[in-house]
Amino acid sequence: MREYIFYFLALVSIISALMVVFSRNPIHSVLYLVVCFFSIAGHYLLLNAQFLAVVHVIIYAGAIMVLFLFVIMLLNLNKESEPHKPAIIKFASVISGCLLVLVLVAAMINMDPPAGSHPSLHNVGMVKDLGKYLFTDFLLPFEISSVLFLSAMVGVVLISKKES
Amino acid sequence: MIALQAIDIASNPVNKYVYLAVILFSIGVMGVLMRRNAIIILMCIELMLNAANLLLVAFSAYNGQAEGQMVVFFVIVVAAAEVAVGLALLISIYRNISSTDINLLNRMKG
Repeated sequence: MREYIFYFLALVSIISALMVVFSRNPIHSVLYLVVCFFSIAGHYLLLNAQFLAVVHVIIYAGAIMVLFLFVIMLLNLNKESEPHKPAIIKFASVISGCLLVLVLVAAMINMDPPAGSHPSLHNVGMVKDLGKYLFTDFLLPFEISSVLFLSAMVGVVLISKKES
Repeated sequence: MIALQAIDIASNPVNKYVYLAVILFSIGVMGVLMRRNAIIILMCIELMLNAANLLLVAFSAYNGQAEGQMVVFFVIVVAAAEVAVGLALLISIYRNISSTDINLLNRMKG
């Protein structure tokens, strides 16, 4: 049963990722990316990482994608304004993408990672354990990320402000 | 010479996540190479980040260690900041050249 759910989610995520790249309309790309993120959240659930699945849906599908949609609608991008590339470049990029898959698979085919036990035997993905890690071992990165957000916020306001 | 042997997915359950992440990452790279719209390129970068995240979560979950999931948490934080700054830059660019086509942005080529 778990296997079938994995293969279904993998199929959904690969097809929607391909549709992100190949669809002409930028809004369709964003919507397919939302589907892809939901399927990746399903993978996280399957790996018993519940907290990350929820955070992933809230931040990616809820915040980042809304930002993308907002910018696309603000700039009024649609199918007509989409720049066209010559077919040879499309062909070349598909070929190079397939070659990258080939190279990475060839590099990892002899890899033998330590076969750990099944994820359902661990409870590392629960919010209780992750919170304990976050506020003990990872306290410094946690605080630094708040500084990062503050600087990003100031930078974004400064960049996107109209020069008068 | 790489000895290509039959892909044995069932031998180690982490391996199928490795292959899925490789495919998603390559789709992201393909999108960056193929598209000229800068927004789509940012979206493909998100796709690549998510492939790496999936791999980190898979290894972390199968080994029962929470550090990998913490790293994913910080990757999500950085990605959110990166997208905000990137889209602000895009709006600023659009205001100047009225397009998001990256081929028009070759003024620094010299």
